[in-house]
Amino acid sequence: MVKVTIDGQTIKVKEGSTILDAAKKLNIWIPTLCHHPDQAVKANCRICVVEVDGQRVLQPSCAFPVSDGMVVHTHSQKVRSARSNILELILSHHNQDCLHCPRNENCELRIVAEKLGFNKELRYPLHIKEGKDTSSPSIVRDPSKCINCGRCKYVCDEIQTVYAITKENRSFETIYTTSFGEDLASSPCVNCGQCVQACPVGALTIHDDTEKVWQAIDSDKLVIAQVAPAVRITLAEALGEEPGSISTGRLVTAMKQLGIDVVFDTDFTADLTIMEEGTELLGRLKNGGVLPMVTSCSPGWIKFCETYYPDCLDNLSTCKSPQAMFGALIKTYYAEKLDKKPHDVYSLSIMPCTAKKYEANRPELGRDGYQDIDAVLTVQELAKMIKSAGINYKTLPDTPFDKPFGLGTGAGEIFGATGGVMEAALRTVYEVVTGEELKDLDFKEVRGFEGIKESTVPVGDLNVKVAIAHGLGNARKLMDAIRAKEVDYHFVEIMACPGGCIGGGGNPIKNWEKMANRLKSVYEEDKNLPQRKSHDNEAVKELYTQFLGHPNGHKSHELLHTNYTNRSNILN
Amino acid sequence: MQETRIILNKVNNNPICAKEYVENGGYEAVKKAVQMNPKDIIDIITDSGLRGRGGAGFPVGLKISFVYKTNSDQKYIICNADEGEPGTNKDRVIFETVPHSVIEGMIICGIASGATKGYIYLRWEYPQIYDILTKVLDSARESGFLGEKILGSEYDFDIEIYVGAGAYVCGEETALIESIEGKRGEARFKPPFPGVEGLWGKPTLVNNVETLANIPLIINNGSSWFHQFGTEKCSGTKLFTLCGNINKPGVYEFPIGVKLQDLYAFGGGVPKGRKLQAVQLGGVSGSIISADQINVEMDPDTLASKGMTFGSGSVLFIDDSQDMIDLLENIMEFFLHESCGKCTPCREGNLRLLEIIRKFKNNTARLEDIDTLMDLSSTMMCTSLCGLGQSSPTAIVTCIRNMKEVFTNRIKGEQYCG
Repeated sequence: MVKVTIDGQTIKVKEGSTILDAAKKLNIWIPTLCHHPDQAVKANCRICVVEVDGQRVLQPSCAFPVSDGMVVHTHSQKVRSARSNILELILSHHNQDCLHCPRNENCELRIVAEKLGFNKELRYPLHIKEGKDTSSPSIVRDPSKCINCGRCKYVCDEIQTVYAITKENRSFETIYTTSFGEDLASSPCVNCGQCVQACPVGALTIHDDTEKVWQAIDSDKLVIAQVAPAVRITLAEALGEEPGSISTGRLVTAMKQLGIDVVFDTDFTADLTIMEEGTELLGRLKNGGVLPMVTSCSPGWIKFCETYYPDCLDNLSTCKSPQAMFGALIKTYYAEKLDKKPHDVYSLSIMPCTAKKYEANRPELGRDGYQDIDAVLTVQELAKMIKSAGINYKTLPDTPFDKPFGLGTGAGEIFGATGGVMEAALRTVYEVVTGEELKDLDFKEVRGFEGIKESTVPVGDLNVKVAIAHGLGNARKLMDAIRAKEVDYHFVEIMACPGGCIGGGGNPIKNWEKMANRLKSVYEEDKNLPQRKSHDNEAVKELYTQFLGHPNGHKSHELLHTNYTNRSNILN
Repeated sequence: MQETRIILNKVNNNPICAKEYVENGGYEAVKKAVQMNPKDIIDIITDSGLRGRGGAGFPVGLKISFVYKTNSDQKYIICNADEGEPGTNKDRVIFETVPHSVIEGMIICGIASGATKGYIYLRWEYPQIYDILTKVLDSARESGFLGEKILGSEYDFDIEIYVGAGAYVCGEETALIESIEGKRGEARFKPPFPGVEGLWGKPTLVNNVETLANIPLIINNGSSWFHQFGTEKCSGTKLFTLCGNINKPGVYEFPIGVKLQDLYAFGGGVPKGRKLQAVQLGGVSGSIISADQINVEMDPDTLASKGMTFGSGSVLFIDDSQDMIDLLENIMEFFLHESCGKCTPCREGNLRLLEIIRKFKNNTARLEDIDTLMDLSSTMMCTSLCGLGQSSPTAIVTCIRNMKEVFTNRIKGEQYCG
């Protein structure tokens, strides 16, 4: 422990702490921009500089380590003047359309300017970077807002290992962009949206489809929505409530009030996925199929695999994602049931995920010239619609999901967290294979935020070896080991986003602290549901009896399974 | 006044040939060093008072001791030959005349610090030096001074040349390291310092060419011999590059502490019919002083006490045919081009300084523009991540301080007519 004095207050902190860490302990606020609690030190924005006795120059508090007896001043004249000048430099090179910027409310730059009480006139002429890129269905890149903090590149390179973002040019012309200035849509970007989560300003935002959805609501079409497991965990947070506030019933009410006709629960097709994927796994085990089988729910992961591991496409489960299965059912089975044509039905998904927007556009997810999903809204976009409609989300009553696809189990719900698909599958596979009732439903080894998790689960005569990776950097490590045959798993779950879907790019802006609360709520919701095993889902059973036949049957293969494309040419 | 040549003392007919260098007393210091305790080598260098010649003037013995004290399976020596400071050509002259002295210095640093691998980071603009150095290294290897078990000792040491891509910022030691690692040339945050975590995360000693060339002299002649040159706090000689409006431009070696007016006289003054207007000391990142301030000793401490800079030893003479605002515009254009773009003050600030200087050039400046220049400069100097942004406003700030009329005249709308 070392003793450090900041603005006259003394505190003991761990050796190796930064000045910023120590200041936080003393409840002293220091402005930051390039600093992110979940990322390595960058020390490039310099807004957090402080005066340290004995130092020739001001030091960035986010990076400078404390030492015993250190004396720090965080708001001396020298510091105030430096902060103000640095902020002025940033603002003079920043598009000032704050009033209609998607990040207006939670822009870190705006908040820093506000908290520092910066309201002088800029002394320099405004320069605005050009080249707004709306090519991606998931992410909008607006260089005019970029403050060159490097947080997007860090998450894309270091956490996701996608390497879609590069830093180009020098000096005033420095920009974070795609390689060779190509569109984001033709870059190796996998649409995961983790850069959107990392961006402190409005330089990377979600591709906004709300207007499209308003138009559908206003039209004669029957708008049928599905709501992903993670949405009920993060929507209330997006509307200002505490991270982890569960709002399952309220979100249905809000969507009905917006004018959405039918609201279904994607937990239902999550259960359906378990039936299909579990059966596929058992088939592969029995018939000597390609192992390990790897989950296919996460569209960011799928594009990553298609780009970087095209030789491993046979490992991917052929099951469509729960969103895609639902889309197919809405446009075929359910539309028929209502005696409607596919184009009279508007299939809308509410997702925690920006890559789902990309997935919805995949040509194989549709038939006869129509797509199974007409629009995908992220949690952030739905929150925006709720706000703009003047709905007071906090005080809404609960409404249940619509029938028949409103029934989901705890197994479907935990799809929202890393390890959830695996746990749900194990609950079902165990009982299907052994015919015995599973006593303890909680597979604790596959839960939690460790990057790569492993477990061996005895199922009848076979010890099923499983592994789980979340975040594409971890996925890469795991896939490299699989490709090199260093490991012999049977079943692998991969989610593109750190933490799984509750950490998806479409959620409210996250950090690991918020993520811990979200995770807790996922398992709480699982515990509270009357059914916790996918094969116990009565609505799923009924669908098989009435329409699909049996898992992996002919009809299933036609509607619920898919194929993949080698996209490694993106890298050329 | 005569030059005092210790570094450039013995220039052989064929400077590339290691044998000829040995015949004239070369590599004696390496022969000594392999017999010595590393700690004793560091002590001699520390006692000599040798300070880095790249511009920052850090005590060399102390720097070596940091690397020596850090335990690691691999350590590196880097010779910083990215001589990018405009108006500085001393490293080129050293490589053209006494290249083996630098190699010797690197080997001794390797022995003293425990490093077995050296890099010469050579600026891209010196292709002819690359050819020289390639031959010099081959020649040293043939004579057994580089490679495994140097001179039959327990020490291994070899050197590789790494050619930069032309970025000025790569003269900054951590940007240089990033560049060798194949990354964008951008400075790293310190700590950790290279002596603890440098190239590939290993302890690394980065020294300037001229610094290294001094080391064999100190090992051969002892620290007290070295103290006869220079000042009490900064011993030895310095290679000064006299340039600009001077009759005898070139690289000359003088004891540290030589008077600037003596350098001016040695250089033969400004062209006939002209008057000296100003001097810029230490390259474009250095201070500008007016002609009446040249009665000053050229040592880092004296200069610093007067708000002036020693830097790399460049001395740019500016006569009365030059427009100081033009000169400042040129300097700021240089920094605008060379800022790496990593930290806000440097990335954004250099353009803003240039924009304001151009207002003076166009006679559209107002009195408060001088305040803005000073205000922004002070922020850049105390908040930029590396030496580039910390020193790029120096010329403007010192010009305002020492020659304010340059600016105030333009506010009144006066045009310069040289």
